[in-house]
Amino acid sequence: MVRHLPVLAPPAAGGFRLSRRGNRALWLAMLLVPPALFFTVFVAYPIASALVYSFYGWVGVRRTTFVGLANFQRLLGQQPFQGWTINAFWHNVIVFVILLIIQDGLALLLAILLARNPRGTRFYQAVFFLPVTLSLVIVGFQWKLFLNPIFGIVNKLLRVAGLGALAQPWLGQAETALLALILVNAWRWLGFPTMVFLAGIRAIPEEYFEAARLDGANEWQVVRHVTWPLLAPAVTIIVILTFIGSFNWFELPYVMAGVDGPPNRSTDVLGLYFYRTAFGEISAGLQEFGLGSALAVLMFSVILTVSIVWTRILRRREVELA
Amino acid sequence: MKRYSLTIRILGAVLLGALFFGFSLAQSEPVRLTFWSWRIEDKWAYDQIIAGYEATHPGVDIEFMPFESSTYATVLSTAFAAGQGPDIAHVRAYGAFEAFAAPGFLLPLDDKVSELANFSELALNGERLRADGRVYAVPFASQTLVIYYNTAIFNQLGLTPPETWDQFLATCQALKANGSIPLANGAATAFMNEVLMGVFAPNFYGADFFNQVVAGETTFEDPRFTGALARLLELRPYLAPDFLGVDYTTAQSLFVNELAAMFAGGSWEIANFRRQNPDLTFDIFPGPVLEAGQPHLASSFLDGGYAVNAATPHQAEAVEFVRFLASPEFGQQLTDLLANISPIAGVVPTDPLLQEVAEFNRNATPYVFLVGFRYENPTGSTLVQQALPEMLAGNITPEEVGRRVTEGIATYYQPFQNR
Repeated sequence: MVRHLPVLAPPAAGGFRLSRRGNRALWLAMLLVPPALFFTVFVAYPIASALVYSFYGWVGVRRTTFVGLANFQRLLGQQPFQGWTINAFWHNVIVFVILLIIQDGLALLLAILLARNPRGTRFYQAVFFLPVTLSLVIVGFQWKLFLNPIFGIVNKLLRVAGLGALAQPWLGQAETALLALILVNAWRWLGFPTMVFLAGIRAIPEEYFEAARLDGANEWQVVRHVTWPLLAPAVTIIVILTFIGSFNWFELPYVMAGVDGPPNRSTDVLGLYFYRTAFGEISAGLQEFGLGSALAVLMFSVILTVSIVWTRILRRREVELA
Repeated sequence: MKRYSLTIRILGAVLLGALFFGFSLAQSEPVRLTFWSWRIEDKWAYDQIIAGYEATHPGVDIEFMPFESSTYATVLSTAFAAGQGPDIAHVRAYGAFEAFAAPGFLLPLDDKVSELANFSELALNGERLRADGRVYAVPFASQTLVIYYNTAIFNQLGLTPPETWDQFLATCQALKANGSIPLANGAATAFMNEVLMGVFAPNFYGADFFNQVVAGETTFEDPRFTGALARLLELRPYLAPDFLGVDYTTAQSLFVNELAAMFAGGSWEIANFRRQNPDLTFDIFPGPVLEAGQPHLASSFLDGGYAVNAATPHQAEAVEFVRFLASPEFGQQLTDLLANISPIAGVVPTDPLLQEVAEFNRNATPYVFLVGFRYENPTGSTLVQQALPEMLAGNITPEEVGRRVTEGIATYYQPFQNR
């Protein structure tokens, strides 16, 4: 895919042209300055200040002395912080991988099926997209109730179906809690990648499919050699968004599990760990802005680096496939 | 001449009137004090108490402003850091209090509030900055950990509150045989694991353990402590079904809806249980002891205090109000209106349940991790709240819990490092 830049006409001499160019500059400035200011005040400044904070010691909310990399050293080299950091990081990785496979994989499958325009396509589209429109907090509370071991509908249904042996305290066991949260996340978000993939497939010219079929390609070959390569831009954006979403994961585990990632940190992710460290657990911990800022800086660095590298790799893949 | 003097007279009168008016305005303009808190549900009572105070102190106008409790610490600390803090602030106790006192946001009160003599040392220590030994807040309420029981269920089965641990387990067995959930508690909400420990463990590890462990003479690997944890394992058959997934609110509703006969929790539940089910009949008893006749130790802690902003422009008025908050008169109102246990000497609760709590407090022992080890990260509370569910799940031993807690605290606590 080659992007063409608009070719600007060479500027002609003359007062009229100059003033038009002046107007154009003013117009551009008016369009660009507000978002640039907004970005500086609400994005660049907080990130820069978090970076500065992370190099200081703190007493409550009062900054004390410059401590260099001591906060980073504690997070990465001193127990129990080191264990918590690694644990939370791995959980983010697990969340990303499983969401990529289950949520985005299923979304791709659904998009391919919906692209064949079965009966009720619009209805299915609406159904799949519906949870995306619900508030995440409501989804979290609702599923927390569904999964409640005593009052919850999930275990009740399992027992009614004679599968009582499968009934579990889903959110209370280290083995099932994170997976339960990931599945709820997939349930909530499934519609979004589905719509993106569907739009991507519908944008592929029909002739390509016809040509492939005329050449005797079966369904699998059509998907593998026509749909998949031409869907590359959509895949890029979904993979990157899933990655960013997975590493910024906070609301759902916060609502469904709690700020300390219970049981025994099995649902802990970097977002919760950051919140707990910087703002304190009301019934257990203390606020530590230095440590929290250091964690925020680490998270930001990981997300930024991986996103950039990945975007480049995936974009190159788009070009190769196209 | 006559007209001139009339003008002058009118002008003079207006001037004089204006002066008078301005003066009287200055006189009646009260000093406005802001009072921040996390007790949203208590606003009505504070408003009532403050109205009474203002009636006898015409010069001040106090506004009680509560914030969401989970974000209160952040709101308050941000405001203080920006120089926008309230004149009077409700602050927590122990480590969470030091986060405000240590940076110098609060005014030391020990030389300004003579009423602090109304408080026990145990209460004052909750609001004392360890670095300088000074008191920065007037203690407001203490909490005690108890066991709630449903009197209707107990009466129906002919059960009485157990005194010893063996009797307690037998009671649980009888309740379970009858189809009741003996103990509503679960392990899914981290802090409730510490509460469960705080209700039962002191009667097993004994009265001396707290002072010894805080002094660094022993650690949490002490067999007295790990032995106490081992007994908690005996509770497992009697906790809520699938207790690993039962969170705080589920446990509360099991007890309130009479599906469970007992609930191990704090004295702060009393008002909440009554509100949620007015028909529920319940009473309390303290954690069971090993041998009949032993005194029942109850974990107790200070919930928080009232502090004055060190930078308030109205220090005299704020201190005057805080002195009122330290008076038995206020303590009595707080107890009567809000069912809180006031730590002020001479306050007698009228509520029979609170009278029982006050009775248990005669054998109070500090709630070990909150009072002793919540000053630095990782706090003892964080460590034990993480390890206990694992122990209850059967994944680690009580000794391993003791080891993890001790090692975590040892990262900043010297006496634990060489042991």
